[in-house]
Amino acid sequence: MKNLTDPKQLLVSAIESGTVIDHIPASTLFKVIKILGLDRIKNQITFGTNLESKTDGKKAIIKIAGKFFEDDDINRIALVAPNAKLNIIRDYQVIEKRVVAVPDTITAIAKCMNPKCITNYEKVTTRFKVVSKKPVALKCHYCEKITDQERLEII
Amino acid sequence: MKIRSLVSIDDLTTGEIMKILKLAAEFEKDPVQEILHGKVVATLFFEPSTRTRLSFESAVNKLGGKVIGFTDSSTSSVSKGETLNDTIRTVNNYVDMIVMRHPIEGSARYASEISTVPVINAGDGANQHPTQTLLDLYSILKTQGSLDNLNICMVGDLKYGRTVHSLLMAMSRWNTSFNFIAPEELRMPDEYKLYLDNIGLKYNETAELQGIIDQADIIYMTRVQKERFSDPIEYEKVKNAYVLHDHMLSGTKPGMRILHPLPRVNEINPDVDSNAKAYYFEQALNGVYTRQAIICTLLGLK
Repeated sequence: MKNLTDPKQLLVSAIESGTVIDHIPASTLFKVIKILGLDRIKNQITFGTNLESKTDGKKAIIKIAGKFFEDDDINRIALVAPNAKLNIIRDYQVIEKRVVAVPDTITAIAKCMNPKCITNYEKVTTRFKVVSKKPVALKCHYCEKITDQERLEII
Repeated sequence: MKIRSLVSIDDLTTGEIMKILKLAAEFEKDPVQEILHGKVVATLFFEPSTRTRLSFESAVNKLGGKVIGFTDSSTSSVSKGETLNDTIRTVNNYVDMIVMRHPIEGSARYASEISTVPVINAGDGANQHPTQTLLDLYSILKTQGSLDNLNICMVGDLKYGRTVHSLLMAMSRWNTSFNFIAPEELRMPDEYKLYLDNIGLKYNETAELQGIIDQADIIYMTRVQKERFSDPIEYEKVKNAYVLHDHMLSGTKPGMRILHPLPRVNEINPDVDSNAKAYYFEQALNGVYTRQAIICTLLGLK
């Protein structure tokens, strides 16, 4: 428990086991919550936002007790929190650190920017192929138009 | 062939394209065959396109099949607010294949995922029109004997022209050199030029028609539409610069052929029609053979 003296570890150590997601841009915190479905689960969740960060400006952090994510699930947040870092906690210790990676395909998260795309007319689950990871560029599976980072909207 | 629907030219491998073109040549020799006897094809035209629809219907009729459908969504239940999903799920019970034209981009891919029968995209908004591309390829192959090492001049509206973009992507499978001849406002979009750069194909851009066409094996003409210009004065300045006249063809290669997806307005002067290098009406006829080949391939009947 001596990690408690380190202020950076203080937030992390506060849960006994679970996942801490750090370095989320403050502006996209609620998108991350929505993408991961955190608003629909019963686990104890605490989050902080508009925290000072040396590297990211204003950042947010989420701590989810008793929850561990598969890579495929967590990578879904890469579109809105590309620099997010995960600390996996067991017995108050960080046992693993992970970063998120933009996946090769994006399903049911992003909105196609093309107003004439079928996905904006009917109930069609959006699907994109990631054609560039940094900056993010998505090619719509349906209309084949590119949605870039600037015009990216999360559903 | 494993493919079931044809939505985009990229759905086909080069081998599959060549098979379809070979089959089209067989239908050209023997166009009337009872291959589709007892089969029904739906032509669902949510926006009018008389030329494309008649070409498909001719192809089906020559093969002994029957056609049902509508020519305009105002005469179908779409006007009552039916979704595309429901239209496709209903119609696929009546037919063996759906040919669909729809103004919304991506609608054909969506329909192909819902439908229990093959779907042919006959144009989805500004997105794809693969049967046009295949008939263009067939016309090029037939007139040039090969698809390799050709010089293709694309003229007119290269910015919005769906057919030129698809043809460019398709011809980039072979060693093609491109000339893009367009007014400033309607130049080939950067994404296509970047693509050619990446794969190492040569292209040249100019605003002048005269001279450059002497190198061409194929001149692909498109319409320069007034409504594409933000400034009507710009249109007035350039509208006559992209019109092909018979006298401009004297220096062109003897084997060169002029293609146009039609309908033409004034971009090819009628005095070109009697020149042996004019090929656009034969190109339209090739469309029937190519569509016969596509239909039979997708239904697994050839």
